Amino acid sequence: MISAHLPALQVVIPLLAAPACVVVRQSTLTWLLALLVSWISFAIALTLLVQTFFNGPMSYELGGWAAPLGIEYAVDVVNAFVLVIVSGVSSVVLISAKESIERETHIKRTHLVYTGWLLCLTGLLGITITGDVFNVFVFLEIASLSSYLLVSLGPDRRALTAAFQYLVMGTIGATFILIGVGLLYMMTGTLNMADLAQRIPGVAQTTTVRAGFAFLVLGISLKAAVFPLHYWLPNAYTFAPSAVTAFMAGSATKVSIYLLLRFFFDIFSETFSLRTMRLDLILLILGVIAIFSMSLVAIYQSNVKRMLAYSSVAQVGYMVIGISLATTTGLTAGIVHLFNHALMKCALFLALGCIVFRLNSVDLKDLAGVGRRMPWTMAAFVIGGLSLIGVPATVGFISKWYLVLAALERDWWWLAFMVVASSLLAVIYIWRVVETAYFKTGPVANTEEAPLILLVPTWVLIVANIYFGVSAVDTISFATRAADQLLSTF
Amino acid sequence: MEHHIVLRVVAKLLIPVILLFALYVQFHGDYGPGGGFQAGVIFGAGLILYALIFGLQTIKKVVTPSFVHYMSGVGLLLYAGVGVISLFKGGNYLDYSFLSADPVHGQHLGILLIELGVGITVAFVMVSLFYAFAGYRQADLKVPPDTGHEATEKARDAVLEREPQ
Repeated sequence: MISAHLPALQVVIPLLAAPACVVVRQSTLTWLLALLVSWISFAIALTLLVQTFFNGPMSYELGGWAAPLGIEYAVDVVNAFVLVIVSGVSSVVLISAKESIERETHIKRTHLVYTGWLLCLTGLLGITITGDVFNVFVFLEIASLSSYLLVSLGPDRRALTAAFQYLVMGTIGATFILIGVGLLYMMTGTLNMADLAQRIPGVAQTTTVRAGFAFLVLGISLKAAVFPLHYWLPNAYTFAPSAVTAFMAGSATKVSIYLLLRFFFDIFSETFSLRTMRLDLILLILGVIAIFSMSLVAIYQSNVKRMLAYSSVAQVGYMVIGISLATTTGLTAGIVHLFNHALMKCALFLALGCIVFRLNSVDLKDLAGVGRRMPWTMAAFVIGGLSLIGVPATVGFISKWYLVLAALERDWWWLAFMVVASSLLAVIYIWRVVETAYFKTGPVANTEEAPLILLVPTWVLIVANIYFGVSAVDTISFATRAADQLLSTF
Repeated sequence: MEHHIVLRVVAKLLIPVILLFALYVQFHGDYGPGGGFQAGVIFGAGLILYALIFGLQTIKKVVTPSFVHYMSGVGLLLYAGVGVISLFKGGNYLDYSFLSADPVHGQHLGILLIELGVGITVAFVMVSLFYAFAGYRQADLKVPPDTGHEATEKARDAVLEREPQ
């Protein structure tokens, strides 16, 4: 029965394809291979989501060794949902990647982009699917190392410094996670998530476990770019190749947020992580600062890619606020925003990819008048921007709506007000781009519209933005189920 | 390197032993200390020692950079491939017991093969790291920045193509 092996295949297929890319080396062939593998992963992830939604969680014993000792892959609705996001984003972006990567990366290195891409995909899917905390660390390293490579392959030399910065911060994060896992292992003698969840309550009041928890939270927050730990993100996003930025924006931070959820609600209990350690308060404050300060910083950026990068940090703030509320509605808002933010940011970065392809620049001043020359690209950007702001009939609205509902459930009118007010800041920075592109005249007279292979994936995501914004029943029902499951302990 | 006669003679004597020892560590890993990672490092170190004594160009004639990249992929493919074979034979991923009719023999074969995969990848990744750093001064310092424009592209190609002096 192949369906019993799907959890393993989810990770193994991209893992096998990555070295195959190094062996093949031919640019177009590696792209085709990566594309094929990514779509297979997407299909597997969708199957897993449907299976777990209707039949309950699945477990896979790697190497035939039973769970607490061996490595277990545990799939439930929460991580199946994240698997779908990651593999879906990768599949759609890869369609456009060929043209865009060939344009921005030296031809001798294009196969390295796809190798790194597949390894990164392997790592991200692995982090998500595994039920073993040490395995999380291993996959985290696979994903991180390959994403440093991907960033460093960016079109100009500043990509190298950006990648180095990312490497230093990422390594600190990974080390903290490893220390945290080590401390937990010392106290409980187990690495299996379900097993940890049972054993931690007995030793929860020791300083060691608290220290372990602190290390884990800091490490994962660094990877997730939670507000004061976001330092690496703007440069990495700005200088990476456009397709890579779109992929990372839609997947890497999402997986880290998922890890936070898993650790907070499943491994440590909600009472321990949010009430005893007071993370509800800390995360709420950080989240609120993030949505305001980062949106303000975004307004003052002259590079549009960097602007969207800062906006990503702000959006992580919304997810963190959702988590800190720790109610079904709050978590639903956080989880559904994982999906929705992936859709909108990915679409926006792909639209920027189209602009880079034609103009070789994403500086605001170079975009003057581009709205007339590249109507489809800019229309996509505008709709993506509306979604980012949270206009009704887009996915952004759904996220904000649930977040506001969650705030109102606790009678926190001020929070609801702040969520709405910060959206207005998004209006300002999106408007700056729209104004320049449509209402200014500039030296882009002979620019053509981007090629179809870049436009189609962008528009697929834009249509998805509207589709899931109008009929959000599916995403909300998955997210609600995931939230319920996280709040009910093992 | 003409006058480092002692180094050259000792290296020539030692390198075959180092490589042989790497293979011993590799295949005796089931019964004694050792295994793929250690063996790979020793093997890679042997090749790097050769490059240090006799020069980068000499070793690149035998162990070409493209071969190095190729092999570092092959090792991982071997590792992951063993897992897939056990899948096809009806077991879970990487369940070696299914590799052979006799589960104990299967476990032996499995660990031997995946450790070989680890060894190959580690050895050649070591060498490729060494190539990258050793070749840096000669090749990369004069490479014009990769701006994506056609003119600089040609200049870059010219430098990247050129063999180090």
